[in-house]
Amino acid sequence: MVAQTEPKNPNELYDEVRPVYEEGYDSSTNTVVRLVSKRASDKAYRTRGIEDLGARNNWKGWLYLAPVLILVAVFLIYPLINTIFIAFTENYQYASGKFDGLTFKNFTYILGLTTKDNGARETYFVKYAIPNTFLIVIVTVPVATLLALLISVALNSIKWFQKVLQTIFFLPYVTNAIAVGMVFSVIFDQTGVINYLFHTDITWIYGANQYTAMIPLCLYIVWSSIPFKILIFLSGLQGIDKQYYQAAQIDSAPKWKVLWKITVPLLSPQILYILITSFIGAWKEYTAVVGLFNGPGTYGKGGDPNMETIVYYIYENLNQNTSAAAAAAVFLFIIILAFTGLQFLASKKRVHY
Amino acid sequence: MKNESTQTPILEKKRYVDFKNVKVNDNIVLSLEEAGKTVDAIKRAEKVNHVIVTILTYIFILALALIVVFPFYWMIITSLKQNDEIHSLTQTFFPNIVMWSNYVHVLQVFDFTTYMFNTIVVAIFSTIGTLLTTVLAAFAFARLRFKGRDSVFAVFLMTMMIPGEMMVISNYITVASFGWVGSNQTLIQAYLAMIVPFWTSVFYIYLLRQNFKQIPNELYLAAKVDGKSDWSFLWKVMVPLAAPTLISITILKFMGTWNSYVWPNLVTSKADYRLISNGLRSSSFVDVDAGVTEYGYQMAATVLVTVPLFLLFVFFRKYIMKGVGRAGIKG
Repeated sequence: MVAQTEPKNPNELYDEVRPVYEEGYDSSTNTVVRLVSKRASDKAYRTRGIEDLGARNNWKGWLYLAPVLILVAVFLIYPLINTIFIAFTENYQYASGKFDGLTFKNFTYILGLTTKDNGARETYFVKYAIPNTFLIVIVTVPVATLLALLISVALNSIKWFQKVLQTIFFLPYVTNAIAVGMVFSVIFDQTGVINYLFHTDITWIYGANQYTAMIPLCLYIVWSSIPFKILIFLSGLQGIDKQYYQAAQIDSAPKWKVLWKITVPLLSPQILYILITSFIGAWKEYTAVVGLFNGPGTYGKGGDPNMETIVYYIYENLNQNTSAAAAAAVFLFIIILAFTGLQFLASKKRVHY
Repeated sequence: MKNESTQTPILEKKRYVDFKNVKVNDNIVLSLEEAGKTVDAIKRAEKVNHVIVTILTYIFILALALIVVFPFYWMIITSLKQNDEIHSLTQTFFPNIVMWSNYVHVLQVFDFTTYMFNTIVVAIFSTIGTLLTTVLAAFAFARLRFKGRDSVFAVFLMTMMIPGEMMVISNYITVASFGWVGSNQTLIQAYLAMIVPFWTSVFYIYLLRQNFKQIPNELYLAAKVDGKSDWSFLWKVMVPLAAPTLISITILKFMGTWNSYVWPNLVTSKADYRLISNGLRSSSFVDVDAGVTEYGYQMAATVLVTVPLFLLFVFFRKYIMKGVGRAGIKG
């Protein structure tokens, strides 16, 4: 997502174009030829660039970086490697750091293919965590993105109350995820306002079935994820040149065509960014479940953790079954990497920068 | 005034053809829809069209705004209702009797001040640490030149892609090995466990580096001529100039601490050491006599947790929205 920030063209830094001379010897005429190039080369820029002043302070840069490097190494790089390592160990004990050798079994165990030594078979991960997470991803990401896009286009086109409405749509961002999750569970209570308004008697939250409970959960996730998207889309929309729209107006292009043929392509960098970040976010959904259900499930039939997500599974098994938690974390990591990579590939042709 | 009106670009408005003065030889292309209509009719149709589109846009926006606001409204009115009214068959959109006593009760059951204090302590110290490390690293990345700088920065950016859940498992083990987690944990150890792992953020380093890069080179040169060291240039010139970004980082960090749930839940051994989100979710608002959760009390507690964030938003709206929005701007 990060574009190159180094100005490639030195003219961005210097108003005047300084010619760069290069001398050569032409043997056919026995004269010295002076080649003149109007474009300053990269090298010329570098020697004139300000950063060269700091070139002597080679060690100083590392000194400034030291605190961050230590923290990143201890709390970011080492854990990453260590988690991957734990995923391949058998019965890792987090307190002592002991384990019974290396194995691939953790992955087959969480996927329910093999049993543990004591004969226990894991079913929650395949039965609940993966389908729930997958549902959240494929429902909330497109719905929230499309809704946010429509809202931002509408917000951008209105004159009155634009700022007020913009602030209102940003409100869900500045809330406590747990607190609002609890509010949603009150709204969707059996004797709550939703059942009252729609004259239904559906159990949405406590004791609900896996797919019914998905509705309030997805609604809540969409509700809370829209503000960020709107903010990004609006800043993108404000950067679009008005001339495109004026040209479309002269051609009497219909509104939906303007949206589809002008706005969406010109907004594609922001759309790609939003899609990638919200895909990653949706794969990691956890707090919404805690806020809404106060646990990994609605505790309906059998009391299974029927609303468990992948991340929920990781946290639940962290203490007792560290190896399985690490395997689930690696599983999630691979999924996210694959999804991000796919989106980058798919967008290469379609995104206009 | 007259000059201005004549200077408006042609593109601003549609041009209309006066039919009466058109000769057959003039090259005018009319669209099929507009054929046979007078200029006034077309203009009127367009105006009506415009009004309809505007009204529809407002209906769409206002309906969604209502949905966005509704949970907040419901939270507040439920917090002021009696339990009977909350569970009654006909839901009321305003409490029959306003029960301020719900709040009094909640402040007794829900240890709001302890959680609030913990949250503020953790927020302040993790913000200070983050700001220090971020400023130093951003300065190194933006202004100093040393071997390996670009590759280190690239590695940093790549780590942003890694889900935090990957790190939680090992970080928990690390923090435990420092002796900060355990059954005989002290308050200070709990604070350390909640603060130190969050003393750095790659994203904020990236944000501040972009900001530092925009500061003109001339200032750096002038400081060099004056014999200022890099260190004093950083704190006397760059940090004040980047103040808006630093304020954004501070507020976002505070909001992050206010919202953090998973990590404090993992590393603390006692309920008293936890943060506001944990307190809210784990506090029991069950009525002793009836044995059911009192939604009135529960919602009063959520109001108490939400209001500080809202106040922060009201006062620092500009910084919050800028800080969040900058995440999406390329470059």
